[in-house]
Amino acid sequence: MTLIFQILAVVVILIAAFFMLRGGGARHQAIRRILMLLFIVAAASSVFFPQVWTWAAHLIGIGRGADLLLYFLVLTFLGFVASTYRRFRNLEHDVTELSRQVALVTAPQPTTHQDESS
Amino acid sequence: MGRTWVIVPMYNEGSMIGSVVSELREHFEFVVCVDDGSADDSVAAARAAGAVVVTHPINLGQGASLQTGFDYALLDPLMTDVVTFDADGQHQVADAVGMVAQLRSDGLDVVIGSRFLDGRTQMTRLKRGTLRLAAWYTRATTGVALTDAHNGLRVLGRDLLTRIHLHQNRMAHASELIDQIGGSNARWAEYPTHIVYSEYSKAKGQSVLNSINILVELLFR
Repeated sequence: MTLIFQILAVVVILIAAFFMLRGGGARHQAIRRILMLLFIVAAASSVFFPQVWTWAAHLIGIGRGADLLLYFLVLTFLGFVASTYRRFRNLEHDVTELSRQVALVTAPQPTTHQDESS
Repeated sequence: MGRTWVIVPMYNEGSMIGSVVSELREHFEFVVCVDDGSADDSVAAARAAGAVVVTHPINLGQGASLQTGFDYALLDPLMTDVVTFDADGQHQVADAVGMVAQLRSDGLDVVIGSRFLDGRTQMTRLKRGTLRLAAWYTRATTGVALTDAHNGLRVLGRDLLTRIHLHQNRMAHASELIDQIGGSNARWAEYPTHIVYSEYSKAKGQSVLNSINILVELLFR
């Protein structure tokens, strides 16, 4: 029965990776936020209705509801790491281009440099 | 007659950059130092030695510095080729002169320095092994069969330069550059260079462990 969950986990990771690699955009951001909201609701509900988690865990062959929640946490965290990495990468790219333009604008032009030296 | 711009990325090289630029200026009129936000007197030392200095407002990395140097050189309509040259004094100016001559006489797009074409360069077995592995990886991923993929001494022609854009800000730019050279079907050659590892350049240089960082940066672009 654990096989079902393992397959499910791999599918979720692949879907997450696909979205991460396909790039951002408003739609992807919305999807990420919906997933995050679902996760928050699920985590909060586990405090009040732990039996629901135990029931769901048994459905896919996991012993305890807490374990299922842990697996969800791990998956969500991996998604968070991937999307944050992407975001920093993009930010770094923008900062680089900006800094480069500042550097080039403030530098003496190569042609005037030549006039000075000749 | 061609015009060569020598691009020297520098970051806190105050004690060395003056003599490196002076030596370069004996053979090359146009030297641009791309200062990557140095905290020491690198900028003043480079200017005093006769180089143009382009200054990044913040520290970005060596790859970003090289690309800024490329962009700067392209602003000069008379530029025909550029040399990339390390600021720590490990390269020989004579090698750079020879490489520019080869680029022009053979009509090449790029000439890349290699430490492995002759036995002059002394290095530890671990460094040699790591560089060999890196060259093999580059060959496998880009199809460009270099013997030394991470040599900072290169000569690039103007035409190729317009087709290059480095996005890897840190050390993975060397592999990225080879990748773009391979992708644009450039005519390339290797040139035997002699690298002198002084105590200074060893202290400034990359640790062998940094190859792990390079690999990760290449895999997760």
